[in-house]
Amino acid sequence: MIRNKKRTNENNAKASTGIPGFDEVTHGGLPQGRTTLLVGGPGSGKTLFGLRFLVEGARELGEPGIFVAFEETAKRVVANAEAFGWELPKLQRKSLFFLDAQPSAELIHAGEFDLSGMLAALGAQADEMGAKRIVFDAIDIVLALLPDATMRRREIYRLQEWLLEREMTGLITAKAGGDEASSFGPNPFSFMHFMVDCAVTLNHRVALGVSQRNLRVLKYRGSSFDENEAPFVIGTSGFDVAIARTLGPKEINVSQERVSSGVKRLDTMLGGGYYRGASVLITGFPGTAKTTLSGAFAEAACRRGERTMFFSFDSDGSEVVRNLASVNIRLDRYVKSGVLRMISARTISGSAESLLVRIKSLAREHKARCVVIDPVSTLAKVGNELTAHGVAERLIDWSKADGMTLVCTSLLDEMNGQLEGGTPLQISTIADTWIHLNYLVQAGERNRGLSIIKSRGTSHSNQVRELILTDDGVTLADIYTAGGEVLMGTMRWEKESAERVAKEVAEVAGKLKRVSLDAEEAVLEVRAKSLQTELVAKQVEKTLLERTTHSLKGEQSRGRIRMRELRGGDVMRSKRTGGKA
Amino acid sequence: MSGRALFKFRLYVAGDTQNSVLARANLASICETHLREHYQIEIVDVLREPKRGLVDGVFMTPTLLMLAPSPAKKIVGNLSQTERVLQVLGLESMAAHE
Repeated sequence: MIRNKKRTNENNAKASTGIPGFDEVTHGGLPQGRTTLLVGGPGSGKTLFGLRFLVEGARELGEPGIFVAFEETAKRVVANAEAFGWELPKLQRKSLFFLDAQPSAELIHAGEFDLSGMLAALGAQADEMGAKRIVFDAIDIVLALLPDATMRRREIYRLQEWLLEREMTGLITAKAGGDEASSFGPNPFSFMHFMVDCAVTLNHRVALGVSQRNLRVLKYRGSSFDENEAPFVIGTSGFDVAIARTLGPKEINVSQERVSSGVKRLDTMLGGGYYRGASVLITGFPGTAKTTLSGAFAEAACRRGERTMFFSFDSDGSEVVRNLASVNIRLDRYVKSGVLRMISARTISGSAESLLVRIKSLAREHKARCVVIDPVSTLAKVGNELTAHGVAERLIDWSKADGMTLVCTSLLDEMNGQLEGGTPLQISTIADTWIHLNYLVQAGERNRGLSIIKSRGTSHSNQVRELILTDDGVTLADIYTAGGEVLMGTMRWEKESAERVAKEVAEVAGKLKRVSLDAEEAVLEVRAKSLQTELVAKQVEKTLLERTTHSLKGEQSRGRIRMRELRGGDVMRSKRTGGKA
Repeated sequence: MSGRALFKFRLYVAGDTQNSVLARANLASICETHLREHYQIEIVDVLREPKRGLVDGVFMTPTLLMLAPSPAKKIVGNLSQTERVLQVLGLESMAAHE
């Protein structure tokens, strides 16, 4: 009755736990002012969960909390949590109270008892410090002291009523369920599951020798929640629940911006580069320059001043820097300036999940905009493949949600990777851009070929290019297809030089022809000039001839007239004048 | 009898709950029967003085602390198991004698 009234009043408020992922699974945290049961086997992280919940309240939300330690002493709990950097001793003074409530070994029972003493003490303490959150760690210890199930139930109800009355957000942990190593009886807390408003189980399994921790929300009254098991990791920051980005309100920002791949011609092939926030997969056999290509991307990102993270699972970070320097990809200066962070995690042990969590937390710490994981296939090696697939999906979801550009390389196994397909993680299906590198063996040479298998949202070249590593950097070259055969390496070079020679020969021949034509032209011009001169001479000769003839005629006629005159004959005047004219 | 040490008890109870009432009655009866005037009883009601339980590390009620003679002892429960209580307090043999 009381519970029902409370619930409507509180309107499903949630108390954030500060545990990355868990608040997403439960859409906000634990039910505020109500009770949550956290059940798990030994070492499953119950205490840590509870502590994290209190720290979040005390440190971030101004909600003081009380930790009731039934099992470990408060001192040990604080000492154990030291590694997580929560500064518990500082909080302890004001907003975090630890109550040591371990039943002492010499405790003697004589008759029935109940928990009202503790609750009264806690009530006073809670009032004094204004506590809003309380954790009862390992309630099973106390319950084990009670002689029968009826009394256990009675005390649990007493606890529950007390919590509700005070409107505190309660978390009760109990060692049970999860696995077979649970302390007593089959499901001794089943009635608690019915009683509480929210129930969470933690379990810790070993699959193929690799530890896997999972968390599952069993029930959550008045709220929707993610019902699946979510892997989690106890890492440096405490507790981290891995979840896939839940679709819905938080849609990612899709960017049109392009970022350079670090290889100019590859950018051209991709129509401008990778998309900002895209996930790029580079697959290939060992030695096909996957690392080099991803290094080129990292260098380009650093040159733009973007914080970049390079995870190398194959070799040491400084080795990668040195090796890439041989192809003029100089990362050392960016490592020094702090823009680039190299993380080498060679033969790291742990589940794929823990690797992902580590990647995530490191990248967040570095505020990385570009992330390179070389090779991502490591994830599949250490965990079992099923979870690794989920991890790869989460990796991509996470990088997208954070707007990070992710370049992953993936090693194809020479044995099973002959078909240009399935990567171990099946990441190829979810990646945005997939670049495949392979060797073409031909004429006694192995040459590197690059092809873009897919690139979502971009028109991209369908042509295989030759990837050339030189002292000056990485570049791509056209390859020749001759008679249906692809020419690469030396054959391409031969073909290229043959073409060069042919071109030169043609050029020379053309020059020669021109010279000879010039000569012919000159000859003709000279001839034309001499003919012209000859013509002029002939013309002059002709005029001269004409004139001579004319004057001769005149002389003759004048002569005849003169003769006639001289002869004294009667002269026809007209003829004389005519002659004059 | 007269040379016997003084028994000092502190009994934590929670108001007038059934177990608390029982514990008070059982302790009084045991003391009257076996210790006669050689005892002191201090009753602490955690509902009135909640912080005192923290000092003594008492979380379950009722709890009986035997402060003297040493060693100190702590008994949890309503003290209805008389034999057990006497045994723990070291009064069993005396009960047999009398």
